[in-house]
Amino acid sequence: MSLQSSLVPPVTELRAYAPTADLAVSPLSSRRERAHPQAGTAPDNLRTEPGPVRFIIIALAITFLSVFVVLPLVVVFASAFSKGIGAYVAALAEPEAMAAIRLTLLVAAISVSLNLVFGVIAAWAIAKFDFAGKTFLITLIDLPFSVSPVISGLVFVLLFGAQGYFGTWLQAHDIHILFAVPGIALATIFVTFPFVARALIPLMQEQGTQEEEAAISLGASGLQTFFRVTLPNIKWGLLYGVLLCNARAMGEFGAVSVVSGHIRGETNTMPLLVEILYNEYQFVASFAIASLLAMLALITLVVKTVLERRLDEGQEPKD
Amino acid sequence: MVRRILPLVAGLLWASSAFAADVTLLNVSYDPTRELYADFNKAFAAAYQKETGKSIEIKQSHGGSGSQARAVIDGLQADVVTLALAYDIDAIAAKGLTAPDWQKRLPLNASPYTSTIVFLVRKGNPKGIKDWDDLIKPGVNVITPNPKTSGGARWNYLAAWGYAEKKLGSPDKARKFVGDLFKNVPVLDTGARGSTVTFVERGVGDVLLAWENEAFLAQREFGKDKFEIVAPPLSILAEPPIAIVDKVADKKGTQAVAEAYLKYWYTKEGQEIAARNSYRPRDAEIAKEYEKSFAKVELFTIDDVFGGWAKAQKEHFGEGGIFDQIYKN
Repeated sequence: MSLQSSLVPPVTELRAYAPTADLAVSPLSSRRERAHPQAGTAPDNLRTEPGPVRFIIIALAITFLSVFVVLPLVVVFASAFSKGIGAYVAALAEPEAMAAIRLTLLVAAISVSLNLVFGVIAAWAIAKFDFAGKTFLITLIDLPFSVSPVISGLVFVLLFGAQGYFGTWLQAHDIHILFAVPGIALATIFVTFPFVARALIPLMQEQGTQEEEAAISLGASGLQTFFRVTLPNIKWGLLYGVLLCNARAMGEFGAVSVVSGHIRGETNTMPLLVEILYNEYQFVASFAIASLLAMLALITLVVKTVLERRLDEGQEPKD
Repeated sequence: MVRRILPLVAGLLWASSAFAADVTLLNVSYDPTRELYADFNKAFAAAYQKETGKSIEIKQSHGGSGSQARAVIDGLQADVVTLALAYDIDAIAAKGLTAPDWQKRLPLNASPYTSTIVFLVRKGNPKGIKDWDDLIKPGVNVITPNPKTSGGARWNYLAAWGYAEKKLGSPDKARKFVGDLFKNVPVLDTGARGSTVTFVERGVGDVLLAWENEAFLAQREFGKDKFEIVAPPLSILAEPPIAIVDKVADKKGTQAVAEAYLKYWYTKEGQEIAARNSYRPRDAEIAKEYEKSFAKVELFTIDDVFGGWAKAQKEHFGEGGIFDQIYKN
């Protein structure tokens, strides 16, 4: 019995850890699991593992994390500051670095705000209404998760490239999409498409439509219902989605690399510049930019933890 | 918080447009010329300002020569291209973006600087590599990028082939030689700089086949105590060409500036910049001055051995060409 349980951990134990392993999993599933554990399986059963097994598992997890997460982070910061804080600041003040930071912020702002609007609308439609082709729509939303980012970039080359479908028309009207900010923004939007919608759909589905129905039966208009009832209910889930969307938007490499054209000081985002500087033997500058991205990751992680706690506390956390 | 950040972001964004120069050119170039053009652009901007009173900014884009040509074909708005080999500019001309006779519009085959292919080995040359023969010995790991994507890699391949054909006397023997050589290649990077990084920083391989300028740069960056350059007695004359992308330059009205920019290469100043970045200058006087910087290598041209780029590209690097056949086995 004990042998079996040590080999095959209880199902709930696995599920309870799933959200931290996969960013794409909605915060709601974690909340539900933690709030209503299946009777009898959790948390007491976790302690039935023999001591040494528990120790080995924990030690393995910590070793794995240190080697694959902590160590690289330390290396990034150590390399960034290897020639002192002066060199670090100077590297970030370079016009090319500033341009990359600017472009990254701009592209993230565009793609996050558009995906915010789109995500709320899509989640609203999917969670609150029944219509034909609903499953198809959900699959479409998930598509960017399953497509390689390089392919996502190439799609835009095929569409908007000079030899592409709209190429001749765009050239004739002197509109630049590819190898310019619009192309980079488009590729980023495509790749970060699912985050907001995916965070909201399960949450809105669980909340059901009663509160909205009540509001409408009391005479509220559609917009009033949305802003007074729905939005307050989903705000933490929404923030969570926006956060992940932003992290991915700023960190995207593959898709952006294909559509960027790598014009220095103009179409290089931070991740692209990290690679360029590294290939130019400018290690301090390269890791200085990388450290900014690493810091973004750390901040994202902290805020994500806080948001998850808020979601755990229930729909109406105290502000 | 938001109120404090917004003006900052706005300020940053505004700052970018504040320094706009009178004229802007985009030069789309290949991988190892980053340092060369950083140097050249600065000198040209100063000369241009002095002559016309206008400020000019030259933007750069670097990558594998083949993929850069592809980007220009897909609409990257390059005023000029400065690539690793003529075939890549031919591809751009084939789409009507530049004149078919582009190579005749500037002196010296439109190649103001040349280079060759040399070997970079680790300190003390532990495997005793002196000539192309040594590269096919068992146990010698050779690093070179992928000829499908990298211009430098195509020069590497053709240099090895040319050597073998001249030394062994027949194309069949040359084919076997190059095949044996590629059996010693553990990894193919996409660009020349990628291969240099693999060899120099990741410590993979015993010998790097490299552009002469790239080998010198690696040595300058990492110190002569770590790497040695071995120049084989016989190698290829690599002529990286330059051209105006007419379609873009005409539309942007930069044709005259682009021409002045490229012609600056043929001045003493331009030639001097090439030489001090370890590209071989064409100008006899500057070449004499820098004579000691470059090893004496007997050089054959692609026209001599392969009958020009178009033929070499089709036979060796085309779909199902000799490289494909060699690398599969």
